[in-house]
Amino acid sequence: MSNAAAISVSDLTKQFGDFTAVDAITFEVQQGEIFGFLGANGAGKTTAMRMLCGLSLPTSGKANVAGFDLYKESEKIKKNIGYMSQKFSLYEDLTIRENNRFYGGIYGLTDQQIKEKTQFMLKHLHLESQADTLVKALPLGWKQKLSFSVSMIHDPKIVFLDEPTGGVDPITRREFWTMIYEAAHRGTTVFVTTHYMDEAEYCDRVSIMVDGRIEALDTPAALTKQYNAKGMAEVFVQLARKAKRSDN
Amino acid sequence: MESAVKVERVFKNFQSGKTQIEALKDISFEVGRGELFGLIGPDGAGKTTLFRILTTLMIANKGNAWVDGLEVVSDYKEIRKRVGYMPGKFSLYQDLTVEENLSFFATLFGTTLEENYELVKDIYVQIEPFKKRRAGALSGGMKQKLALSCALIHRPSVLFLDEPTTGVDAVSRQEFWELLRKLQHQGITIVVSTPYMDEASLCDRVALMQDGRIMDIDTPKGITQKFSKPLWAVGAADMYSLMNDLRSDERVDTCYPFGQYHHITFAEVNQEVQGIEKSLVDKGHTNLSIQKIEPTIEDCFMELMNQ
Repeated sequence: MSNAAAISVSDLTKQFGDFTAVDAITFEVQQGEIFGFLGANGAGKTTAMRMLCGLSLPTSGKANVAGFDLYKESEKIKKNIGYMSQKFSLYEDLTIRENNRFYGGIYGLTDQQIKEKTQFMLKHLHLESQADTLVKALPLGWKQKLSFSVSMIHDPKIVFLDEPTGGVDPITRREFWTMIYEAAHRGTTVFVTTHYMDEAEYCDRVSIMVDGRIEALDTPAALTKQYNAKGMAEVFVQLARKAKRSDN
Repeated sequence: MESAVKVERVFKNFQSGKTQIEALKDISFEVGRGELFGLIGPDGAGKTTLFRILTTLMIANKGNAWVDGLEVVSDYKEIRKRVGYMPGKFSLYQDLTVEENLSFFATLFGTTLEENYELVKDIYVQIEPFKKRRAGALSGGMKQKLALSCALIHRPSVLFLDEPTTGVDAVSRQEFWELLRKLQHQGITIVVSTPYMDEASLCDRVALMQDGRIMDIDTPKGITQKFSKPLWAVGAADMYSLMNDLRSDERVDTCYPFGQYHHITFAEVNQEVQGIEKSLVDKGHTNLSIQKIEPTIEDCFMELMNQ
C-alpha cells in the first residue's frame, strides 16, 4: 500500500441479505486530492461512504483509511476523519462557540486548543460578532460554511462531505467550494458527493457508481473526452442510464 | 380568462425567539391557466411559505391570493378540493401500503384510482410492482412517485410541487421533468419550486426568489436576455490559481467558478480580452482559453443577488 494514498480500497463489498449494495469496488484517493464520489440514487454511495467512515462493517474486501485498517482500527479512523452532511451538522440550540466546544471536546482537544481553533475560525469566516448566536438563527449558507469548519476542528487527514451544498444559494455554493479548495491546498483530502454536476468539474478526480460498482474513475477532463461529452453532466447521464437496478 | 394563481402584495412574518423573520416580503405574481411555473431559489427564499399560503395551510399577514379564482382565506374549503399539493417533506402514511395510501387519498376526495387513471398512469405503472409494500419501506424515488400519484388522484386543476427534485440524481430529475410536461399537456397548471437553477429553463416562466423576495419574473429566455454585461468563460490548466488571479485583477468585476470554466465579467464593458489574456500568460497560466458566452439562469441569479 502506497504511503501517499489517503484512502485505499480493494474489492470492498457490502451485502444486505441477497442484495449487493456495494459490489467489489477498488480505488485509491491520494493525499490532498479532491475526490468526487458520484452515482445515481440507490447506486450504493451512502453505503460505501458509511463503510469508509467506520460506521458499517464490510461483508468482504479490504480498505485502509487515513492509514488505518477498516476492520481492526475503525475507532482510529473516526478520530482522523471529519464528516459533514447536508442533513446533520451542528446543534441548532447551541451557539457557535458552544458547538465548537462540544465537537472539540469529543475529538479530545484541550481547552486551549479549542479556544485557539474557535478564534481562528470566527476570524476566517468573519463571524466574530456572532460567536454567541444560536446556530438556528444563522442563515443556511453560514451554517453550511460553519459546519464545514467544525468538521475540521481536529485537523482530520480526510474530510467526508455528503451533499454539502444542497439547497444553498449559488454564490454561497461557490464560496463553499473555495473553502474546499483551500482545505485541499493545506493537504486535507476531500471526499465529496454532490448532485450538482458543475461541482463534479471542480474535483481532481471523479468516480461514478452504477449498480454498486464503480463504472468510471478519472479526471473530469479525461472522462468528458472518453465519453465524447460536453461536460460531466452528460457523462453522468450516459453512465447512470445504464443502471439496471432502479432505486427500490 | 382569470389566472390559475394570483398573488398580490403578500407578506408573511414568523416569530423565532426574540427575532422577527420576514419570510415573504411583498410578493406578487400571476400564473396563467395551463402554465408550468417555477419558483427558483435556495433554502430560506420563502418558497415553502408561499406554497403553504396558496394551499390554504397558512394565512398571510398582509396581502391577497387567489387559486383557481377563489380567495385563499374565505374559500379555503373549495380550494382544498381543487388543488394537489406535494410537500417537500414526504407526508404520506408510512405504515400504509402503496395501494392503501392511494385508496385513502382517493376516498378523501370522493374518487377512485380508476376514475382518473389516464392522468396518473405513467407514474403509477412505475410503482405498481410495489403496491403491497409499505410506503415507509420505499426508496426515495419511489416515495416521490407515490406522493405525486396521491397529489393527482382527484385531477386537481392546479398542482403545487415543493422541491420535488431536491436530492434527486441528474437522471431521475430529467425523467421527473418529462412527467411534468406530460401532466401539463393534460391541462393541469403546475407551480413547482426547485433550488436547481438549471431546471429553470424547463419552465414556461419562472420567479427567481431570494430572501423572501422575488428578484425577477419572466420566461427563462427573458431572464437571460436581461444579463447586463458581456459574459466570458475562462479556462486554464490550474483553475484554482486562475480564479485567484482573476479575482485580484481590478479589470475583472465578477468571477465565479462554473464547472469547467470560470465565468467573468469586466468592470469596463468594452474591455479588450487580449490584455487580460496576456497578463494571465505572464503569470504562467497554460492551456488558456477565453470565449464569450451566453449567460445561464444561474449567472443571472447571482447578478440579481449582487444588486
